[in-house]
Amino acid sequence: MISIRGIGKSYGKIQALKDINIEVNAGEIFGLIGPDGAGKTTLIRILTTLLLPDTGSAQVMNLDVVKDFKLLRRDFGYMPGRFSLYEDLTVEENLELFASIFGTTISENYHLIEDIYKQIEPFKTRSAGKLSGGMKQKLALSCVMIHKPGVIFLDEPTTGVDPVSRREFWQMLHKLKQHGITIFVTTPYMDEASQCDRIALIQNGQLMSIDTPNAIVEQYKDDLYAIITDKRHGLLQDLRRYESAKSVFLFGSHIHYTDKQTQLDKPALNTYLQAHGHSQIEIRKIPPVIEDCFLALMGDLKEDAHA
Amino acid sequence: MPDNSIVVDRLSKKFGEFTAVNEISFETKKGEIFGFLGANGAGKSTAMKMLCGLLTPTSGKATVAGYDIASQSERVKRRIGYMSQKFSLYQDLTAIENIRFYAGIYGMADKDIKQQSDRLMQRLNLVDYANVKIEALPLGWKQKLAFSVAVFHRPEIVFLDEPTGGVDPVTRRDFWEMITQTAAEGTTIFVTTHYMDEAEYCDRISIMVDGKIEALGTPEQLKTNFAVSTIDEVFICLARPDANKTN
Repeated sequence: MISIRGIGKSYGKIQALKDINIEVNAGEIFGLIGPDGAGKTTLIRILTTLLLPDTGSAQVMNLDVVKDFKLLRRDFGYMPGRFSLYEDLTVEENLELFASIFGTTISENYHLIEDIYKQIEPFKTRSAGKLSGGMKQKLALSCVMIHKPGVIFLDEPTTGVDPVSRREFWQMLHKLKQHGITIFVTTPYMDEASQCDRIALIQNGQLMSIDTPNAIVEQYKDDLYAIITDKRHGLLQDLRRYESAKSVFLFGSHIHYTDKQTQLDKPALNTYLQAHGHSQIEIRKIPPVIEDCFLALMGDLKEDAHA
Repeated sequence: MPDNSIVVDRLSKKFGEFTAVNEISFETKKGEIFGFLGANGAGKSTAMKMLCGLLTPTSGKATVAGYDIASQSERVKRRIGYMSQKFSLYQDLTAIENIRFYAGIYGMADKDIKQQSDRLMQRLNLVDYANVKIEALPLGWKQKLAFSVAVFHRPEIVFLDEPTGGVDPVTRRDFWEMITQTAAEGTTIFVTTHYMDEAEYCDRISIMVDGKIEALGTPEQLKTNFAVSTIDEVFICLARPDANKTN
C-alpha cells in the first residue's frame, strides 16, 4: 500500500532522513514512533507529495509521490500536526468544503464518518474555532475521511492530548480500520505502540527497528529487572555506580536495570544496595516495554556512531 | 520563609457563566515536586495563570512564596520561575544572551550573572556553543537550558507547563534528574504533564476534573485508594468515569 525505498532528505547540513525503507500493508495501522526532530514530519510530507526527497523513491497506492503527485493527491487523506481547518467556518461548512473539493458529498460517504461525526453533529452550526480540542480532532478526522481515501496520514494526532482523549482517539482509528482504510500515524508517545499493527522506531532520521510491537519487545536482548527500595532518591545514582550495571533508567516508581553479566547475581546486588543504606529491596524480572527497547536501540545507535 | 511555598484556599475563576476553576484548595511544601494533572480543559492552565499572578481570581485566596496572588502579583512574579514547552527561550539569541536577558529582567546583579552563567554553560556542556543561536541547538539541549534559565534567579517556586513534550526518552529522564536536583536544593516544583509515568516521579499529585481537584496525595496513596496499579488508571477512573464501562 505504501512502499518507501531508500528515502533521504537533508536541510542544509542537517540530514533529516537517512536511507528510509518501509513497506506498509493494506489495511494496517502503521505507527512511526520517535521524538521531536527524529524526521517523522519530513517523511509524512514526502509521502503526501508536499516535499521532494533528495534520494530514493516512494509509492502510495502504486502511485509515485513525485511523478504522479496530482493523481495521488485525490486518493489519500492527510491530517497535519497543527489544526488546519477553517476556524471561521462552521463544523458543517468545513465538512461540506472538503467533500466538494474532492467532488463528493457528505451523504455519499456518511457511513464512513458516522461514528465520529455524530458526536459533533449537535454542534454543526458552531464555528470550528470555538470547538474544544477533542471535538476539533473529531472534525479533522471526519474531513480527512469524507472523500473515502484509501490511505490516511495522521501527523502526531495525539500530541499534547490528555491520556483519556488519546485513548478515545485510538478507538476511532480502530473503527476506521474496520472500513479497510490503511492508517499511517506518527506519535512521540512510546506507550501508543501497542495500538498499532506494526511500528517503526525512528531517531535522528534513522530507522532503528520495524516490526510488530510484540516482535520488537521479543528482540530485546537482555534480562530486564525492575528495582525498588525504601530510599527512592539515591537509588538511581547507587545503581549507576554499581560495577556490573549495564543500563539504569528511571521508569515511574521503579528503576529498570540490566546487568553486564548474562546471569544477574541477585544476592551480590542485594548486598551492595544494603551496604548503601537501602532496605525493603525488591528486584523483579519483568518483560520490557517499547520504551525500554527504544532506549536500548538509542544506545546501540550511539555505539555505532562512535565505532 | 514558612514551610508552605504555595497555599491555595477555595480559589475560583469564572469566565461569564463558565466556572473554569471551582474552589480548589491545596498547599505545597518547600522543595516538594507537585504534579498538577488533569484532562485538557479541566482548568489547569487557568489555575496556573492565577498562581503566577497573571490572572485575577474571581473568589478565594492564594499565597505564593508568601505573597498574595491578587494584591501582590508583582512580588509573586519576582519570586517564581516559569517554563513551558511552547514558549521559553528567544530562538534568535544565543544561550548566554538568553541567560543574561532573563537574569536581567529578574534584577540580578551583573557580577552574579557573569559568575553563575559561566558555571551553568559548563554544567550543560554548552561552552563550545556559546555563540550559536538557540534555534540551531537540538530540542533536548534547549529544554535543559530553558529549565536552567527558569531557575537561574533561584526562585522559591518554578512552574513547569508540560516541559517534556516530544523529547526523546533519554533526554526526558535527564530532565527529570535536573528537576529532582533542583527540588533537593529547596525549590518547589509545580509541574503539569501528560506522561503518566512522570506523575510517579512527583512527591504528590493532584488531579483536576471539570474545575475541581478530585484527588490529591502521593502516587502510592492514589493508586491504593483507587485500587489500581498505575497513575494512568487513576486518571482514567476520574476523568471519564464511564470510559471504562463502554470499552
